[in-house]
Amino acid sequence: MSKPIVATTALASCFGCHMSLLDIDEKILDLVELVEFHKSPIDDIKKFTKQCDIGIIEGGCCNSENVHVLKDFRKNCKILISVGECAIMGGLPALRNGIPIKECIDEAYLNGPTVVESNKEGILPNDDELPMLLDKVYPCHEVVKIDYYLPGCPPRAELIWEALVALLTGNELKLPYEVVKFD
Amino acid sequence: MTKKITIEPVTRVEGHGKVTIHLDDNGNVVQSRLHIVEFRGFERFVQGRPYWEAPVLVQRLCGICPVSHHLAAAKALDVIVGAGTGDGLTVTGEKMRRLMHYGQTFQSHALHFFHLASPDLLLGIDADPAIRNVIGVIKEFKDLAVQGVMMRKFGQEIIAATAGKKIHGTGAIPGGINKNLSIEERDSFLKGADPMNIDKMIEWAQASVDLFKGYHKDHTDLIDNFAAFPSSHLSLVRKDGALDLYHGVIRAVDSEGKKILHDVDSQDYLKYIGEEVKSWSYMKFPYLLEYGKKDGWYRVGPLARLNTAEFIPSPMAQKEFEIFKAYTNGKPNNMSMHMHWARLIELLHSAEMMKELLNDPDLQKNDLVVKGTKTNEGVGMLEAPRGTLFHHYRINDNDQIEMANLIVSTTSNNEPMNLAVRSVAESYMNGQKEITEPMMNAVEVAIRAYDPCLSCATHALGKMPLEVSLFDSKNLLIDKKRT
Ligand code: SF4
Repeated sequence: MSKPIVATTALASCFGCHMSLLDIDEKILDLVELVEFHKSPIDDIKKFTKQCDIGIIEGGCCNSENVHVLKDFRKNCKILISVGECAIMGGLPALRNGIPIKECIDEAYLNGPTVVESNKEGILPNDDELPMLLDKVYPCHEVVKIDYYLPGCPPRAELIWEALVALLTGNELKLPYEVVKFD
Repeated sequence: MTKKITIEPVTRVEGHGKVTIHLDDNGNVVQSRLHIVEFRGFERFVQGRPYWEAPVLVQRLCGICPVSHHLAAAKALDVIVGAGTGDGLTVTGEKMRRLMHYGQTFQSHALHFFHLASPDLLLGIDADPAIRNVIGVIKEFKDLAVQGVMMRKFGQEIIAATAGKKIHGTGAIPGGINKNLSIEERDSFLKGADPMNIDKMIEWAQASVDLFKGYHKDHTDLIDNFAAFPSSHLSLVRKDGALDLYHGVIRAVDSEGKKILHDVDSQDYLKYIGEEVKSWSYMKFPYLLEYGKKDGWYRVGPLARLNTAEFIPSPMAQKEFEIFKAYTNGKPNNMSMHMHWARLIELLHSAEMMKELLNDPDLQKNDLVVKGTKTNEGVGMLEAPRGTLFHHYRINDNDQIEMANLIVSTTSNNEPMNLAVRSVAESYMNGQKEITEPMMNAVEVAIRAYDPCLSCATHALGKMPLEVSLFDSKNLLIDKKRT
């Protein structure tokens, strides 16, 4: 049987969940034997060229590009996993959800102490090359169907490892209370 | 005018880093830009939160070097709770934080060199992209890959022992730290079974510096001339001019080594630093106010630090520092690819500092937190793996954050990364009608030397997704490629 194919991406996130995956340390050497990595920031493959078995999603959607990437993952992966609080419920970036986006932009580019004098002209990022910001940060399951959720910020390395092993072997993953409530 | 906000999912290209290049009638490069397409808005959304949340909230901007944000925020709050700056803490408080920070620098530099840069160096810049990645390195150079993985693990374990968790810990609190280092923890690092002990880490760090020097000898032209350009350099230095990653005064030198920012107090940073906003990027452009937007930009990070510091206060790294300085006759080193060299010297320095701290009985003392008279504003600065990091908070009478300002390391390197891209664009693109593969990779290599962390500002692992577009003099798109 050919190796299961795994793809990963980071949307509106801090990359900590990918870092936690790397925290499996020596097991990384086993992992590259067990699975084949396809499109992922940990390798050089940037476009889907085949159907993948597992898609690991870190981060929610804060702009049009995140939505585009997430839909592309749904199309190309049999199973999608939301890994970490950002993917599951928006996480820290979603703190902006109660605030009009204009206030966030004004604070960063007009009112902050290092721009208030330096940007008297009131320049704001506004260019065809920049993706549209969404009004809110959306958890992944509000945009596409998500099959599994792995809690934590980030989920601890062992949990990510166990989840992958469980999926690959068809066993059920145990999620103890403290893993769901803390991380 | 703000961009129109919509939730309508517009289908756009993928990519956190985007490069556009404009050509004139003769096909020469007239403009090149690196666009950063991420925006979070934390300056606004942390307003109203209780101030003590800052060290745990703000680190979630970046999971690659969260400790830097964790500690910079804690340092700013030290000022707010009246515990002073830098040397105001108890010995245990300060030394635990330093151990956490050196652990972090060690893991981050190891990650950067082995997981990110080594594929280009070991497998070749023009190697088949299908194997030119960390998995390729694992398959071809297993021993070296294992070293990289274990060095990162060691640094992460140090972080877990000092901060409580490998990623997004809680160790630093306003005025100090919430735990000391137990004898068992200490001994696991000093005497751990091979290879997980500090002596092995120092040995491997030295071997990494030697590996780079050997590579440099064989590839001098690439390492010395690729994307090199003169610039000013900025970092914190210890008061006596020593390299210090945790605390110091702000110093900047110009490309010739003349001091242009004279060891000023971090609390006064607003007197010296401003940020320019450009419409085509979410990332701002910091500059020295005195020199203006056009000339005031500077580089930060390992290269800048070795250019501003006068010596390194640990013996093995100091020896390597002297070799590094001798290569440019004591003048600032302006070669972008030497950033890797400087980074590995700091890897060695971090290992040496960890050993010194682990052998320090102060880490087992119980006096962890300092209390003082509260103020309402504070600045916390340190040298993150990728360069100088500024955190600045003001609070109100209800202990809520009222203002937060951050200049993350990658932001200070915005203009330098743009210049590096421009230098590559000019040497590869002048007179060309299409984007070639070597040019795409060269752009990535140039950006990667800066180790950009564009989750605060892209992706540290492998290659960041990059799109390059080429326009003619009438602004018509003539070619576009994605990596
Ligand atoms: S869940 Fe936590 S670690 Fe993961 S991306 Fe979000 S903030 Fe980072």
